[in-house]
Amino acid sequence: MAFLELTNLQKFYGTTHVVRDFNMAIEKGEFISFLGPSGCGKTTTLRMVAGFETPSSGTIIINGVDQSSLKPNQRNIGMVFQSYALFPNMTVFDNVAFGLKIANKPKTEIDARVREMLALIRLDHLADRYPYQMSGGQQQRVALARALAVKPQVLLLDEPLSALDAKIRISLREEIRAIQQQLGITTIYVTHDQEEALSMSDRIVVMNAGHADQIGTPFEIYNNPATRFVASFVGTLSFLEAVVVDGSAGRVAIGPQQFTLREPFTGYNAGDAISLALRPESVSLLDTEGRDVTIPGEVVSVSFLGSVIRTKVIVNGSTISFDMFNNPGFVPPAVGSTVDLRFAASDLLIVRD
Amino acid sequence: MKANRLGAWIAIAIGAIYFVVPLIGTLEFSLRMRRGEYSLDAYRSVFADIQFRETFGYSMLMAVATIIFGMLLVVPTAYWVRLRLPQVRPIIEFITLLPLVIPAIVIVFGYLRLYNSSSWIPFTASREATNALLMFAYMTLSLPYMYRAVDTAMRAIDVATLTEAAESLGAKWPTILFRCIFPNVMSGVLSGAFITFAIVMGEFTMAALLNRPAFGPYLQLVGANKAYEPSALAVIAFSITWISMGLIQLVSRFNRAATAKV
Repeated sequence: MAFLELTNLQKFYGTTHVVRDFNMAIEKGEFISFLGPSGCGKTTTLRMVAGFETPSSGTIIINGVDQSSLKPNQRNIGMVFQSYALFPNMTVFDNVAFGLKIANKPKTEIDARVREMLALIRLDHLADRYPYQMSGGQQQRVALARALAVKPQVLLLDEPLSALDAKIRISLREEIRAIQQQLGITTIYVTHDQEEALSMSDRIVVMNAGHADQIGTPFEIYNNPATRFVASFVGTLSFLEAVVVDGSAGRVAIGPQQFTLREPFTGYNAGDAISLALRPESVSLLDTEGRDVTIPGEVVSVSFLGSVIRTKVIVNGSTISFDMFNNPGFVPPAVGSTVDLRFAASDLLIVRD
Repeated sequence: MKANRLGAWIAIAIGAIYFVVPLIGTLEFSLRMRRGEYSLDAYRSVFADIQFRETFGYSMLMAVATIIFGMLLVVPTAYWVRLRLPQVRPIIEFITLLPLVIPAIVIVFGYLRLYNSSSWIPFTASREATNALLMFAYMTLSLPYMYRAVDTAMRAIDVATLTEAAESLGAKWPTILFRCIFPNVMSGVLSGAFITFAIVMGEFTMAALLNRPAFGPYLQLVGANKAYEPSALAVIAFSITWISMGLIQLVSRFNRAATAKV
């Protein structure tokens, strides 16, 4: 039995079906991200685990105990909110000590635990500050320490970095992941930022319209998206319209060119149209080993993004986007010119709706 | 632009004259008890009057009781409306506004009809119960101000998220309310408290009709029987109101400063 089990979770608000038949088993110490756009049900699912929302049906079991009848203050779950939610009338020390005081821990134990938590987030020198005297990043670290101080069985983070600037977000996500691994605490992290989810998680749940479209490791989610939604939401994808030649052999054709995909596929007859997806990093202008397909196209835009140059090329009516590393000696192709795109047929993904 | 500014200054000057001249007149008159020179005799006479001290003390006590019970009623109500029952907010706002549109004399006659000594709940049958009834009446009168002050303070903090944060840390409702919410809406509570204080100290109708020895009826009594002391009392009453308003400003400024730093 997994440490945290969500079984057939459903949530309705009136007639709106917000979470649909959500099932997941999470092992102890795993870092799981719920990834999806606004309104996909990820936060609602998280709030059901915390006890702030009551499931319309389904069960939530943590460490063998059904949580259905437990109130939020009985679940021993740590929660970090997007808006930090530090108590403005309390110092950093008192904020972190709050849960321990509620649990009636001895003063010496509270003192020691709070110092330990503040050291963990490297803010022990700011124990006497009030929340309004701290930056957003510092406040969120305090919120994390406060949630961890009570030794929760599960840590829930609801878009904790959304209100922070880009640099702080990156450093704090590394810090959160390091602390999570150090403490080995089972964690659910809600985000709409794919980079956050990919960089931090053991597994990602990609949610779409209340449904978990795909559950897998970041590698699986990125390289083998199960649906068109997952493919388009995680990373950047270009879609190529192709025609099936022989699905059992994995053969397809784009224009006059035929090639073999990584694996055979089913569900299509010869002559059917099929959508193939391609990651920007799979495409190159260089004829390097393994890139066995060459397709000509017309450059329609060239965008300078700092370390990379993103170029868009029209091929058979489909727009292909690809990235090239920037270097001062490199001259990017001109808009309107014709270029040969090269990629490996095995990098083409079949995307189903 | 200049003409506009001149017009504004003229309007302010007219307003100031309208408000300030009678006050200066009252103050000046209160100092003329001794013939031919200014003195504080009228104030000495007022402070020496045992009735002044008794009624002032009574009204102070009533004001403190009204503030405490008012807070206990308003803070949890505003909290629950904001957190769990936002749909009833218009109804609560309407109810809290009623004391502004229903005259105090109508309310007190309603009380006397409902709570007279031969009714089911005979509040007016004993002195203590009448005092309690007067306090409830004061709570009603101060409701529009107290509720709005507290509700505005609650709007400034994220009540729902703070509540959830406290809940996730194991806190129960009384702890959440008194340790996490109450201290953070203290500026609103204090603003409401000072307004309540000013209202209670000057209220006449309810105290007079319930026959309680409050400061309002005493002001009226002195006004009807003496010459200089009523002016001194008017200045004292205004001072109480101004000090209350000053304290409201002070509290709001502290609150604004703290919020601005967030």
